[in-house]
Amino acid sequence: MRCWDPRIEEMPVADLQKLQFKLLKTIVYRVYSFSPFYHKRMKDAGVHPDDINSLEDIVKLPFMYKKDLRDTYPDGLIMSEQEELVRYHVSSGTTGKPTVVGYTRNDINNWTESLARGLTSAGLGHGDVIQVSYGYGLFTGGLGLHYGAERIGATVLPTSIGNTERQIELMQDLRVTAIACTPSYLLHMGEVAEKMGVSIKKDTFLRKAIVGAEPWSEQMRSRIRESLEVDAYDIYGTSELSGPLFCECECQQGFHVWSDLIYPEILDPDTQEPLPPGERGELVVTMLQKDALPIIRYRTGDITAIKDDPCPCGRTHPRLERLSGRVDDMLIIRGINVFPSQIEHALLGIPEVAEHFMIEVDRKGALDDMLVRVELAREAFSDKISDLMRIRRHVEKVLKGSLNVQVSVELTEPGTLPRFEGKAKRVIDKRLI
Amino acid sequence: MSCEHYMIRQISVFSENKPGRLAAMAKACQEEDVNILAFSIAEADGFGVIRALVDKPDIAYEKLTSLGFNVAFTHVIAVEMKDEPGGLFEIASKLSEAEINIEYSYAFSGKSRAVLILRVDQVEEAVRLLLHHKFTLIASEAIY
Repeated sequence: MRCWDPRIEEMPVADLQKLQFKLLKTIVYRVYSFSPFYHKRMKDAGVHPDDINSLEDIVKLPFMYKKDLRDTYPDGLIMSEQEELVRYHVSSGTTGKPTVVGYTRNDINNWTESLARGLTSAGLGHGDVIQVSYGYGLFTGGLGLHYGAERIGATVLPTSIGNTERQIELMQDLRVTAIACTPSYLLHMGEVAEKMGVSIKKDTFLRKAIVGAEPWSEQMRSRIRESLEVDAYDIYGTSELSGPLFCECECQQGFHVWSDLIYPEILDPDTQEPLPPGERGELVVTMLQKDALPIIRYRTGDITAIKDDPCPCGRTHPRLERLSGRVDDMLIIRGINVFPSQIEHALLGIPEVAEHFMIEVDRKGALDDMLVRVELAREAFSDKISDLMRIRRHVEKVLKGSLNVQVSVELTEPGTLPRFEGKAKRVIDKRLI
Repeated sequence: MSCEHYMIRQISVFSENKPGRLAAMAKACQEEDVNILAFSIAEADGFGVIRALVDKPDIAYEKLTSLGFNVAFTHVIAVEMKDEPGGLFEIASKLSEAEINIEYSYAFSGKSRAVLILRVDQVEEAVRLLLHHKFTLIASEAIY
């Protein structure tokens, strides 16, 4: 199968590992010398760049957490001068503080190349019309796919999110051949199209979809194939790593992670011991060529496994399996990451409700629906229904503002929601994925 | 008698809209020997408000609160109306002329009389207006 960059994509594994070691050594020296944050981290861990003498030595380096990005808001981890940056992306934080990712021209180029390889490996290229139905803006999905699709010479239709009927009309009229969106949105489009009297199968040229940003399954892949006759490919990436980065090849057995860009480790989330290929654990990422915001042993919280057996496509880079969950309580609602702690934090600012809450997630039709139950505070009860409705709307508005996701709120009587000692289980996820 | 005599303390109970809530409240009243003279349930998408006139509002309040209910007092007025066509119109039209808004209302009709319970935006004005027009208001002493 055709490669975007055969020299690198088909490089012998031994050569790739040599390249990885060289890149690792370089970035470790760089952060030790120029990033006060990393310098201190490494000093505290008692490790010096000279201690890194093989790829395996990476385990000597200290971890990096999402919290580090938050604590250094806005730009404490950004190593490049502002004038070297060509872009920022911002993702919402877990307790109000967002995380900022800066990109140099080189960072954008590597991100784009990574996707160009991935999209090509999924069988897309010059002549395709790719509809990008991920959000454009601070979120990395839209612009990331946009650049990747343009790079391979495809025609991009940047529809972003929303207005599904118009998206379907444009898909038909402009002869879209592939779409990038969340898997649930793709199924939702199928349902909306049907109501409009449009059959995605018969009335459009859509044949491939690049889907990700939320959990999905092999069953959903079959459902998409059966109901829409569309072949769905998994895509992975998070804003800290740049954005969506890696996409399945036509073999559809996990997505290739480009060894010149990333060094993945899989750790047992409890013991933090490395796990061998094939075993599932937490993905820990070191980005080997990131300029502005270096990422060293970053705990993604995502659970997956490495596959290092040769891929029938001929690419020599290892693959990661589709993510199977999280080590923390993060939820993904319509492609947006939501932490229960964000809700807790937001509720603290609303005196009309207590701090106890429960989250119920369900899939109404093809789309996620999030319900948050909160207890009405005793003092806030006034006997007027309109006051109660106002409180409920207010809570919905505050939560939407802080989570960037539509939320329905249900007011409950004081003392009725479960209390937790120790680890709280506030999420009931009824979605069948 | 001053207006206050005709301002009756109604208990309002916030309730999730699910089976058993009314029964739990009614049981609590029975246990405390509280008689419910009139009540209504207002429903709004997932939750409701139970409103009641009772003969021992303070006891009911204490008991329900101790059981975890969210309870509030609200002033309402109770006015006798003629149990015949036009009875409600007489009262409603007077309030309307005076531009007094009825926020909610419920009624009961017994052997001897029909009574309209009103929650209005201007309680004192409504009491004065209805007394002026010779309506019979029920004093709070007659209830508790």
